[in-house]
Amino acid sequence: MISALLVMVGISVLLGAVLGYSAIKFKVEGNPLVEKIDAVLPQTQCGQCGYPGCKPYAEAIAKGEADINKCPPGGEEGIRKLAELLGVDFKPFGEGAAPKGKMVAFIDEQICIGCTLCYQACPVDAISGAAKQMHTIIASECTGCELCVAPCPVDCIYMLPIGEDISNWKWRYPVYPIQSAA
Amino acid sequence: MRQLFKFHGGVHPPTHKTESTRTPIAQAALPSKLVIPLHQHVGNRAIPVVQVGERVLKGQVIGKPDGRLSSAVHASTSGTVSAIDTQLVAHHSGLPDLCVTLIPDGKDEWIAHSGVDYKQTPHTELRHRLREAGVVGLGGAVFPSDMKSYSNKHKIKTLVLNGAECEPYITCDDLLMRERAGEILRGAEVLRELLYAEEVLIGIEDNKPEAIAAMRQAVLDDGHKYMEVIAVPTLYPGGGAKQLIRVLTGIEVAAGVRSTEKGVQCFNVATAYSVWRAITYGEPLLSRIVTVTGNVEHAQNFEVLLGTPVNELVAQAGSKPDTDRHIMGGPMMGVDLPSGDVGVTKATNCIIEASPALFPPPAPALPCIRCARCADVCPADLQPQDIYWFAKARDFGKAQEYSLFDCIECGACAYVCPSHIPLVQYYRFAKSEIWQREQEQQAAEIARERHEYRQFRIEREKQEKAERLAQKEKAALAAKPPTVTPLPVAATPNADPDDTLQMRVDADVAKANLQLRIDAAAARAKEQADAAQPKNTESLTPQQQAEIAEIEARRAKLREMASDSGADDEPPKQS
Repeated sequence: MISALLVMVGISVLLGAVLGYSAIKFKVEGNPLVEKIDAVLPQTQCGQCGYPGCKPYAEAIAKGEADINKCPPGGEEGIRKLAELLGVDFKPFGEGAAPKGKMVAFIDEQICIGCTLCYQACPVDAISGAAKQMHTIIASECTGCELCVAPCPVDCIYMLPIGEDISNWKWRYPVYPIQSAA
Repeated sequence: MRQLFKFHGGVHPPTHKTESTRTPIAQAALPSKLVIPLHQHVGNRAIPVVQVGERVLKGQVIGKPDGRLSSAVHASTSGTVSAIDTQLVAHHSGLPDLCVTLIPDGKDEWIAHSGVDYKQTPHTELRHRLREAGVVGLGGAVFPSDMKSYSNKHKIKTLVLNGAECEPYITCDDLLMRERAGEILRGAEVLRELLYAEEVLIGIEDNKPEAIAAMRQAVLDDGHKYMEVIAVPTLYPGGGAKQLIRVLTGIEVAAGVRSTEKGVQCFNVATAYSVWRAITYGEPLLSRIVTVTGNVEHAQNFEVLLGTPVNELVAQAGSKPDTDRHIMGGPMMGVDLPSGDVGVTKATNCIIEASPALFPPPAPALPCIRCARCADVCPADLQPQDIYWFAKARDFGKAQEYSLFDCIECGACAYVCPSHIPLVQYYRFAKSEIWQREQEQQAAEIARERHEYRQFRIEREKQEKAERLAQKEKAALAAKPPTVTPLPVAATPNADPDDTLQMRVDADVAKANLQLRIDAAAARAKEQADAAQPKNTESLTPQQQAEIAEIEARRAKLREMASDSGADDEPPKQS
């Protein structure tokens, strides 16, 4: 009786020690789900979701505070990926949140007064310039988030749609007319 | 007899080659204008280095290579640059790209050029010459040849010279081998030298007996060692680089693996010819052989200046009036040209004039019945029906798992499909979607990095500022006693028991201290103002200088007035 008890106590102490040790040794830093969600998001850092960047939105989704359909730049495919990752149903975009085409910001350098407000707003440092110097967009780094448009006191920043040219053209989904096979 | 190997599948479409092999290569007439695209090769588009209105000579560089993977573009004849703008080009998209339009002056005046003896020239210079001469793969892939002739990374055992020309209708390599075999082989010898290859295997499909005979004769005539001309069975797509390498050496090259890693490099025969011209004569790639065939009076091969508008070229072969479109390349893999105005490029091996009678519109596509005939003929040994299924469902991950990127888009599957499904279109669609996604993923990764760095930087700046402020304060505290000696606040403690008196003394001392600090601050400000230099005074107009002098004079006068009035403690008021 006593020996059986001792054996059981011994086993539980041993297993407890193993579990306790591994909890310290293999501790996972941060929430891995946040990283996974963040990897799906398009990283425009535009704040259209209502959070100050992609990472905070990912954290909010992981906590279950935010819906998965708040990211227009990610497109419907982004929602599908999130739905798949989180095991929830697909949710279409709400009213007025439909994704726009890809854009790039453009500064009219004739009008720019060099106030630096836009480059303070740029989340990815895609604007170059200095106080009282003309600013310009580094187009290859611009994510098209539009955050620089509102702060401009002289309204010299426009969002230009990125058109299709020979370098970014892609093959279309094959569409051919259905004909009756008489 | 060398043992040959087989690749999986393959088809036997009607070859239609005899139409254009009856007459020798003809020189195409000088066109009224040349539309030379600046992007005729794999890699970055060349940068235009001429100006509108400039007169250029034949062989003059009009586009210089941009970056490592790029190639030069030259004026095909002498004349005047009439435009540098976007024009329609031979591309699946039908979208315009940057072209240089040249109006020939008919003099065909060469720029000064000279060749070198490749045996006496360092390999680096040879490669540089190839790049500057704009030599690219003329089999259709237009990959810059200098990039393919590095020998330092992998040991190359076999150089394969591709003269298979498997696609129907096309005979430009056939005729080139018949007529210029010697120069092709000498070019191959240059490439062999560059690669230190041990052997050169020249693969020619056995439906070109004249070309095989001519090449064999040339090997004997010039006494080329290490070279062997091998007749390979006629089977589409036996001219694909991977397929030909497989047939000749038995080596299989998977997607994402370069043949050089397996010790094999492959060049087209026409590329070898232009290598010889570029090295020995210093002639850049200005023209190429183009087969004009299909719905024409007399199909023929022409030596065509790059940039020649297709309309003007096909007119010389007698394009029939019921022609409704031009196909660049062969009927299996060719591109429908968006217009007859596009210029011939380095990739243009053939122009097929198509008419509804010759190429009837495809029968309506029917559902896939999973007969797997496509799998039987696939030269890459894939399961085309499955990849089609996944591409159609936009399940790109699955399509990739089924080795979509091993597909060479040869069209053999679509050729045999009893349901007439445009299979290759689906594969191309899936490939370009996957590429775009990869690009977007990369862009997102970069944006994330930049955003995170920005946040880190803002945090760091905040900290640095706080530290700076703290240090400044500390320094100010430490520096205060020697500069501004405050009068002892409680110099005589317990000297006077009267607290009110003590307080009055304290207040006086504090006031005196304050005055001292104010004076010190004023002195510092004056010092700074004196030290400040006027800015932006380097390039002033005499008018501005006069204005400055006037202002200075006014200021001096004011100062004078202020000191005269004796109002020392009152700053002079301007009125």
